[in-house]
Formats: sequence, structure tokens, C-alpha cells
Amino acid sequence: MMDLFQRLGRTTLDKFAAIGRATQMLLGSLFNLPNPRKGFPLLVRQLYMVGHQSLLIIMVSGLFIGMVLALQGYTVLVDYGAEDSLGPLVALSLLRELGPVVTALLFAGRAGSALTAEIGLMKATEQLSSLEMMAVDPLKRIIAPRFWAGFISMPLLALIFSAVAILGAHLVGVDWLGIDTGSFWSIMQAQVSLEKDILNGLIKSLVFALVVTWIALYKGYDCIPTSEGISKATTETVVHSSLAVLGLDFVLTAVMFSN
Amino acid sequence: MSESIVEVKKLTFSRGDRKIYENMSFTVPKGKITAIMGPSGIGKTTMLRLIGGQLKPDSGDILFEGLSIPSMSRSELYQTRTKMSMLFQSGALFTDMSVFDNVAFPLREHTRLSEALIRLIVLMKLQAVGLRGAKDLMPAELSGGMARRAALARAIALDPELIMYDEPFAGQDPISMGVLVRLIKSLNEVLGLSSLIVTHDVHEVMSIADHVVIIAKQGVIGEGTPEEMLKHDSPLVQQFLQGLADGPVPFHFKANPYEQDLLNGVQS
Repeated sequence: MMDLFQRLGRTTLDKFAAIGRATQMLLGSLFNLPNPRKGFPLLVRQLYMVGHQSLLIIMVSGLFIGMVLALQGYTVLVDYGAEDSLGPLVALSLLRELGPVVTALLFAGRAGSALTAEIGLMKATEQLSSLEMMAVDPLKRIIAPRFWAGFISMPLLALIFSAVAILGAHLVGVDWLGIDTGSFWSIMQAQVSLEKDILNGLIKSLVFALVVTWIALYKGYDCIPTSEGISKATTETVVHSSLAVLGLDFVLTAVMFSN
Repeated sequence: MSESIVEVKKLTFSRGDRKIYENMSFTVPKGKITAIMGPSGIGKTTMLRLIGGQLKPDSGDILFEGLSIPSMSRSELYQTRTKMSMLFQSGALFTDMSVFDNVAFPLREHTRLSEALIRLIVLMKLQAVGLRGAKDLMPAELSGGMARRAALARAIALDPELIMYDEPFAGQDPISMGVLVRLIKSLNEVLGLSSLIVTHDVHEVMSIADHVVIIAKQGVIGEGTPEEMLKHDSPLVQQFLQGLADGPVPFHFKANPYEQDLLNGVQS
């Protein structure tokens, strides 16, 4: 019995210590930016690695999800003769939920795991230590540009995801199933509001970007520098950030969309 | 003894429950080659990290040019680190940059020199380690010995006052070992810096070291010139220097009596 309490206490303390270290890392990299002359090229490079390299998977997934949504939505709506409402159905579900959430999940798998593995390997091969010994702060040089790159690219990726998915829905709904293209767009335009839907979706996406990039960088930075440790850290990145995204999505939805 | 660049005073350091050093003191003289030797797993690399300020001791003090490393602020520490450099066991080259960019890295980070001047300095440093022809290769294309030499060129890029070598000879073939030994010796003479080598390759390092520190059992067991060490009367020092399998450091890991272990297995 005492043993159980002891273990519980130790786990709790470890968790709190980890949160402390993670916060320290985040603050150390956020308020410790390298000067623009050196920092900007690093940021651009990471935007390319983290953002641009994720474009393909985001666009392909978006296209298929939009097509599937349109197909499923149409079969239900057509029974009620409401197939003209396919436009807002697809647009609202994408902008409010699927866009930010699926982008964050894909981003965690595609870019988050790569960030963790890269930083973990840098740690294992002593590159982080050697930066420190060369009097270069790894938080500034390695963590900060990657963090900002994730934070900037994910909302943009989510917007691209939603846009491509709506086009996919158009492809299926209008070009294949024969909904009138005018009503597809005009009803969508009338039903989607900029602040309530698009802006809230963007805010969600920013929160997810913060959480996913933070988890990915922290897991890499704090991993045990062995091959086993890195593989564990990479898995944890995907698992923890996916769960965090889904949990936070519920909280955010409750705050934003419940009346 | 002449002036010292690093002074370790009554240092105690433990990791978790395991005590690594207890009340340990030694000095690293300026302008000389100092070797820290000791059996594996004794925490020699930890010593270098303590001197570099990456770890903080539990008690005691480490002075670098008279300034206390453990009590420095973060910015003072980073300032001080520009005067020392460290050659890691793996080389720790940045794998996403060419050899040239690796050597140029500290110059680009810490100086405002023009690219033309940086190119000159990098070529000179690479020439010193014999790798000028390899400047456009990526670290993955280098052999182990070459990677270590490239890392050495990077370590001397800013003309440090102290250079610390972490196991520079580990896993090297005799030729690259000879090259490294000669390089360390000549760099120390030509650049007038102080070298601190952590190693357990006794013969190689005894041939170039001016000052030897042998650590075991959480402290210094012998300190002096190589000749003094060879004549040292401690059996532990002699066992280490001559590489005897058994002695004060037992061959067997701590265990139950042999017979008991064997017989217990039969009974159960």
C-alpha cells in the first residue's frame, strides 16, 4: 500500500518536473530570439522543412476528406430534398472542426515526429552539447526557429486544407452529383461567417500549433539520448500531441460554439 | 608549479544517489598538455562538462583563469565558453553542414568578419589538420579519424585558450591515432594554448603529456609529470599504467561468492 502511494507521488512529482522543464524550454526559446540577421534565414529554412514539406500530405488528405464529406452529405441530404445545403454543411464542418483538427493530427505525424527525431539525434550525437560549448545557446539556435516555423505554418496549412477540401466537395457535389454550382457557393457564402467560423477555426489552429510544436520539441530536447530513447520520444510526440489536440478541441468547441 | 588555467578545488559531485567525485582537487597548468586518466566509467567526461559549466557541482569550486565557473551567470558563462573549446568523442559535427561550414560556424556566430576573411581562416585551420582538400565533403562522407580532425579544426577556429579533448584516441586505427597525437602536440606548441585530454590510452598520452592526473575511487590518486607517475608507489596507479588485469581494481564485478551462486541455481 505504501509502495503504491510512493509510486504515485514519484510519478506526480516527475510529471510536474517535466512540465516545469518544458515551460522553461518554451520561455527560453520564445523570449530569446536570435538577432534577425542570423535568425531570419534559420526561420525560412525551418518554414520550408516544417511547412512546405507538409503541403503535399495536407492537400491530398484535404481533397479526399472533402470528397468523402460531399458524398456522405449528399446521400443524407437528398432524401429531404436539401442537397443544395451541401455547400454550408461541408464548409462549416471543415472550417470549424476538421480543418484545424485533421491538420494538427497530420502535422503531428508528419512534422512533429520529424522534429523530435531530429533534435533527439542532435542530442545523442552531442551536437547540442557542442553548441553549448561553442557558446551558442541551442534554445536560440535550434529550438526557437523550429517553434516559430510550426506556429506560423500550421494555421496556414489548416486554411489550405479547408480550401482544398471545399474544392474536393465541389468536384463531387457539383461536377459529379449535379448540384447547382450557383446554389453551392451562394448558400455557403450566406451561412459561413468570418468571425464565428473562419476566425474561430484559425484560433483553434493556433492553439494546436502551439501545443503540437511544443510537445514535439520538448520530447526531442528532453529525450534519453539513445536509439531506444529517441524512438520512444518520437512515439510519445505523436500520441501525446494527438490526444492533446482532440481533448483541447472539445474544450475550445465548448467555449466557442455553445450558446 | 607555473600558472594554472583551470583549478579544481575540493569538488564534490554526485549523480542521483551515486557519488562520482568527492573532495577532489587538481590543477591544469597553462600552456601545457594535461592528461586526465582513469578507468572507464569513472566520470572523466563528467569532469569536462563540469569545467565547461554544463553541470554544476554539489560543492567545491572550479576556477577558469581565476574566475569561478559554477557561480557565473548564464551570460558570463557563455562569454567564458568562447575562450574554451571541446572536442567531443563523436566529433559532434553538424551533420547538415559541409566541413567548411562546420569550421566556419563559430566564426560566423561570434565574429563579424567578412566572408572572405572567414574563408581564409577556415582554410588555414583545415590546412593545420590536413583536411583542406575535404572542405566540401559532408560529415557523413568522412572516416572516423577525419571527422575528429575536422572537429578539431572547428574547435581551434576561434583560437581558444583551453581545448578539452574527450577520449580523442578512442576507436582509432594506429595511423589516425598517430596523426592525432602529433596534431595535439603541435597545436599546443604552435598556438600556445593549454590542452586537457581525457583518455585511458596510457601509452599515447604519456608520450605527449606534460602533466598527468590519474583519477579513481572518486578522487585524484596521483598527479605529476609522466616520469613521476611511472615511479609512483601506489599499487592502483601502477595497475592502471601497466594495464594489469587484477589488482586493487578487481577483475570481478562485485558479486556473491562463486560457489554459493552456482549451488543456489541447483537447489531451486
